[in-house]
Amino acid sequence: MTTAALDIAAIRADFPILSREVRGRPLVYLDNAATTQKPRQVIEALTHYYSNTNANIHRGLHTLAEEATAAYEATRSKTAEFIGAAHPQEIVFTRNTTESLNLLAYTLGARLRPDDEIILSALEHHSNLVPWQLLAQRSGAKLRFIELTEDGEFDLDQARSLFNPRTRIVSVAHMSNVLGAIAPVADLVEFARAVDATVILDAAQSAPHMPVDVGALGVDFAAFSAHKMLGPTGVGVLWGKRELLADLDPFLGGGEMISVVNREESTWAALPHKFEAGTPNIADVIAFSAALDYLSAVGMQTVRDHDYALTAYAMERLSTIEGMEIYGPPGPERRGAVVAFNYADIHAHDIATILDSGGVAVRAGHHCAQPLMRVLQVPATARASFYLYNRESEIDALVDGLREAGSRFGLSV
Amino acid sequence: MPNREARNAVDLDDLYRDVILDHYRQPRNRGALESASIAAEGFNPSCGDEIQLSILLEDETVSALRFGGSGCSISQSSASMLTEALAGRSLADARELSGHVQDMLTDDGFDLDQVDLGDLEALSGVARFPVRIKCGLLAWKVLDQALARAAGEEPREYDDIPTRITSN
Repeated sequence: MTTAALDIAAIRADFPILSREVRGRPLVYLDNAATTQKPRQVIEALTHYYSNTNANIHRGLHTLAEEATAAYEATRSKTAEFIGAAHPQEIVFTRNTTESLNLLAYTLGARLRPDDEIILSALEHHSNLVPWQLLAQRSGAKLRFIELTEDGEFDLDQARSLFNPRTRIVSVAHMSNVLGAIAPVADLVEFARAVDATVILDAAQSAPHMPVDVGALGVDFAAFSAHKMLGPTGVGVLWGKRELLADLDPFLGGGEMISVVNREESTWAALPHKFEAGTPNIADVIAFSAALDYLSAVGMQTVRDHDYALTAYAMERLSTIEGMEIYGPPGPERRGAVVAFNYADIHAHDIATILDSGGVAVRAGHHCAQPLMRVLQVPATARASFYLYNRESEIDALVDGLREAGSRFGLSV
Repeated sequence: MPNREARNAVDLDDLYRDVILDHYRQPRNRGALESASIAAEGFNPSCGDEIQLSILLEDETVSALRFGGSGCSISQSSASMLTEALAGRSLADARELSGHVQDMLTDDGFDLDQVDLGDLEALSGVARFPVRIKCGLLAWKVLDQALARAAGEEPREYDDIPTRITSN
């Protein structure tokens, strides 16, 4: 597979930061699972908003407020379209994936009883674990965990055995931020439907990297973050089926989310405003629109194909280094553009420091997935993650940096 | 102005001095003392590095130390060097040395010529890598905790590097 479908040079020219140097070398940015870089279209949308449109939304009767409201709501519609939502009302803007998942843990959680069960997996990011732990403490509900196969994928037989009439919620990462493994959503939805459980998808890694159609997936809720898909920080998305969102009580109370407020009680605004208390992150939501346009113009299948080719190349190059351990599914077919690894006895932090000295940015640590590190029996891993502006030559730079690390630590390279 | 590539090479050499890599590959005094007078541990939540120290005190003197734990070359070699540098020192002397090492890692104005830190000077390059300073400090924060307790003081709390006494 080649990456000819993408004009990488033209794409790179859209990202101002990619032309900077780090420690005297061209930046090689391979930490896209943490956050992605921003194209000038997004940066310009942000400054354009503050220079031309800035106003509070949904209340003002003046021109600026009207324009800002229209732009904010247009992003909502665009987001709905981007993920195949049935209606813009199904899109709630939050601060990030974490807040979206907390919103669900609080609102869905209010209905849980002691001994109800919540199914998660062994590879969850802390953002899809800790909110459920807090809920379990409040409600007396029990957490159950889908275990992983040797290849780091969900053990489907064991997963099936977890579902029972007490299962109320199943919430899993669509794509692991460490292993890259893509969850078997169709199977989980089937298991969940049989016991009438709610299915939540943490799509923080998948929405930026592959076509995601929430309708086709058949889940009930999904959460993701704008900043991992070319957009600004501070914007999260919660998608939920309209009738399910409508049925939930509010999460945060305040302005914007009300209909009639009396001294003792209030009534709630219609969806989605019921879940958007207070002045939202108007500017960043509006700039997120430019990110969605950018990804749509490229095409999410093209992004996925490019990720696939880079991941295959990275795994092939890394596996030529003696002492390299790569975690997760063996090939790129069932994984995203994330490659976590350890190199002999060199600690991941030392690898990251040495790579950084050559301008190569990777993540090192537990990746907010400490329970997964325990399953892998490592304290930490290094992780390279790719996006549409990365090239094979940058993976070569990664490999060169790793050889430098090996030679510093006295390994035969 | 030196060319950039050369400057980079110098930077990494500053961090990964031979002494540090030697202690990482062949740690000194690894393990735990069964007869320890005091034991303490600490970890760096942001990266997961862990250090345990066990210390035998005799007549206000640090007579033996062992360390355990896991983590990067900087955190582990710093602990290994600590155990070598402290053995045989008085309690007061050990605490003074710990203060010097921590100043070396965190204080821009620290003058290496003013104190003789022996091999520990190898850690001075860590100060130029801000994200790695906590790696270098970890063992010394654990030591501070242990020695403060040994001196009958209330141990200090470090918000960013949790440490605790595990036996005394």
